[in-house]
Amino acid sequence: MHEQAAVEEQNAVYIRVGHSEDFPPRLGKTVFVDKKEIAVFRLTDGRFCAIDNRSPNRKGGPLSEGMVSGHTLYDPLYDWKINLLDGQVMAPDTGQVKIYPVKIEGSDVLIGL
Amino acid sequence: MRRNKLVLIGNGMAGVGVIEQILKLNSDLFEITIIGSEPYPNYNRIQLSYVLEGSKTVDDIVLNDWNWYRENGIRLLTGTTVTGIDTDARQVLTDKGEAVAYDKLVIATGSKSFILPIPGADKEGVVGFRDIADCDRMLEAARQKTKAAVIGGGLLGLEAAKGLAKLGMEVTVVHLMNDLMERQLDPAASRMLQDELERQGLHFAMGKQTAEIMGDDHVTGLRFADGTELDTEFVVMAVGIKPNNDVARGETIEVNRGIVVDDYMRTTAEDVYAVGECCEHRGVCYGLVAPLFEQGQVLAKHLCGVETKPYEGTVLATKLKISGVDVFSAGEFIDKPELTIVKMQDDWRHTYKKVLLRDNRIVGGVLFGDVTQATQLQQWIKAGALMTADMHASIMGLAGEAAVTNAAELLADEDIVCGCNGVTKGQIIEAVRDQGLTTIDEVKGCTGACRSCGGCKPLVEQVMQSVLGDHFTGAAAQGICGCTTHSRDEVVAAIRDHKLMTTADVMAQLEWSNPEGCSKCRPALNYFLTMMWPREYVEEKESRFVNERLHANINKDGTYAVVPRIYGGVTTAEDLKRIADTAVKYGVKTVKITGGQRIDLLGIDKEDLPKVWEELDMPSGYAYAKALRTVKTCVGSAFCRFGTQDSMAMGQLLERKFERIDMPAKVKFAVNGCPRNCAEACTKDIGIVGNDGGWEIYVGGNGGIKPRLADLIAKVKTDEELIDISAAILQHYRETAKYLERTSDWVERIGLAAVAQAAVHDLENRKKLVERMEEALTRAADPWQKVIGSPEDKQALFETVKVAPRETAD
Repeated sequence: MHEQAAVEEQNAVYIRVGHSEDFPPRLGKTVFVDKKEIAVFRLTDGRFCAIDNRSPNRKGGPLSEGMVSGHTLYDPLYDWKINLLDGQVMAPDTGQVKIYPVKIEGSDVLIGL
Repeated sequence: MRRNKLVLIGNGMAGVGVIEQILKLNSDLFEITIIGSEPYPNYNRIQLSYVLEGSKTVDDIVLNDWNWYRENGIRLLTGTTVTGIDTDARQVLTDKGEAVAYDKLVIATGSKSFILPIPGADKEGVVGFRDIADCDRMLEAARQKTKAAVIGGGLLGLEAAKGLAKLGMEVTVVHLMNDLMERQLDPAASRMLQDELERQGLHFAMGKQTAEIMGDDHVTGLRFADGTELDTEFVVMAVGIKPNNDVARGETIEVNRGIVVDDYMRTTAEDVYAVGECCEHRGVCYGLVAPLFEQGQVLAKHLCGVETKPYEGTVLATKLKISGVDVFSAGEFIDKPELTIVKMQDDWRHTYKKVLLRDNRIVGGVLFGDVTQATQLQQWIKAGALMTADMHASIMGLAGEAAVTNAAELLADEDIVCGCNGVTKGQIIEAVRDQGLTTIDEVKGCTGACRSCGGCKPLVEQVMQSVLGDHFTGAAAQGICGCTTHSRDEVVAAIRDHKLMTTADVMAQLEWSNPEGCSKCRPALNYFLTMMWPREYVEEKESRFVNERLHANINKDGTYAVVPRIYGGVTTAEDLKRIADTAVKYGVKTVKITGGQRIDLLGIDKEDLPKVWEELDMPSGYAYAKALRTVKTCVGSAFCRFGTQDSMAMGQLLERKFERIDMPAKVKFAVNGCPRNCAEACTKDIGIVGNDGGWEIYVGGNGGIKPRLADLIAKVKTDEELIDISAAILQHYRETAKYLERTSDWVERIGLAAVAQAAVHDLENRKKLVERMEEALTRAADPWQKVIGSPEDKQALFETVKVAPRETAD
């Protein structure tokens, strides 16, 4: 097991959401778990990121269909730039998306809730 | 490692030009020795006339000073004449008794003045006009004598005559023919030139054949074949040049008029090359500067083992270099019945312009008095360009400043701006950008542009202006996005030139500041790559906007809209039934008739998309894509009493033909059966209006954010022409538009005339565009069917993950 993202919550409950191969690089995947809708991304460098699948834009909308560049996500509806590592919306826009810790065990992807 | 010995005979512009090119390509390849007869470093022979007339000194025209040789580790033997070449021993012998060994030998000995074989030609006071020594003798004569005769009313003779006149001599030009510069000018321009030079104080003896040079030791006069005589104290022979091929005389190197070379400047002896005025290529010995550089570039690349196009000859252009008299000529210049002549003579401003067309292609031109368009005209002649209204206006100066300032913009990056030094527009742009140049002198120093004849200066300035903005100041032009400073054209050129096959390759090659790009450049690069490599490129789904990746339009709530193809807005009861059934089955929230004559099913969940498509069993309408959207049609001749053309059939045909392939932005068509224009051709990217005898094609219309009425670009008689021209326009748009640039902006930017020229009038180019379009079309396949047949695509793009709580770990 090794750490995936910069986030780690000791008390999080990790839930298996699939094989790492189920997540094509740079294409987001929507995961429904525990009544939450989470967007999971596999970056070019192999890291996984998980964020709430809801745009911080006041009009809302999904994030899983955004374009991934490095660890930046371009919101598919409004082109906001979101840092997948900390959930921060980058200038000129502002906001914050909730992020979830991700662990890889073998080929399993686990998200901490 | 031992470096190969490269020996150059001749320290002039042609030979040293080759060395300069070689040093640029690979400075470590050769150990270089240059042997020259003249006691000077390489100077610009073309500008000798400036030295003569006193506007420049010898130092001013030196191209490579002594330091240059030292800095580049070149051994230079000046004042040394090569007496022979031993091709067996691979060495050259000099008049100083030295034997210089070579692995590769370049002969660039130039040419000599042709001295008429007439009695008295060897008298004192008779000189040629070829080098600094001749120049010195002329300057000397001007101090001591008053009367001079120049034999030869060509380029060189007139420059010599003007120089001597400026030095205070009374000069008569003796010319065999009745027209000056008759090998470059038509009689009208020739007459204007003579008038101008007479106004400036020159005398002329036209139609005179010199039979003898009179005098004892020193010349005192000329006697002509008609028995008349002319008193003179000094004679300049400027009747022509002959290749200086003395060193090649022998058995192994074939010499005709000049040293015979092939398309890679190889002589008949192994590892021996010749370049410049001493050589003869395809039966032609050149006496002007442009071919020297073109030959030199080929030779340099060949010597360095760099792939090069063969040298296939040069379209000659001439510019007379006399202060205050501007004359330019290139290609064909004599009126003939089969040529179309565009001519303007202005006896008040003393200007004359003539462009010669064969089948509307520019094949030659003469400019007198105003040569600002010379470089542009030369390009067009070289390219065999088709004359357009804009070009006509630009050359004839009737369109005012606007047309003139556009000259540089009309050039492609690979077009040569400086014909003398073979410097392209792209090279100038690159130098200006990369090295932060702001003055023409810096550009001269960096690229060599404008360093020889200076005739391209206006064009170089225009190029610089295009890069630097007004007054040559301001920031460099913007890149296609924040990740790069490279423009669209530069990016596309890099993709082509470096055979870049992925967006990552492009970003690496052009040093993107953001290694994986952004939401602006990724789709753009993806498009450029599909456009450039229609067969090879594998598109990157992850570089597409969501709509183009999922082949549906995302709605604000994350559901999607589906628009099936309804070709030409013509559907059937069966299709309508199926659409209705599908809408009911998948709980479509809204069914909307679109502005493009089709049906939009809104509010479908992402996971249901493949199922909806399967149920519909209709092709994708591409309502989400940078591609052909709709072809709007009126009823046309099938039912309408006014209809003259079958617009529904043509609309369906065009939609089937051009659907699916990527475009820079969305594209809409309209086809009308008559000029009543019910399908609104004027607001479409390509609008077609039928009439009794054929079709009118309009381009660049837009009804959206920035409305623009389409422009008429062609009238055609047949359906085939309509399809052909539509294909050519679309392909030209695909190849030249910026990403996301609609045809309305594109037409405004590059000009309707340029589009018409490329896609309508230039039949050869049109054919090629159509061919490339056909190639691109071969890979178009319906994306919905593809997804339906691909479990992997469904999994990767459409399926979500639903996790039951019992899979909880820890």
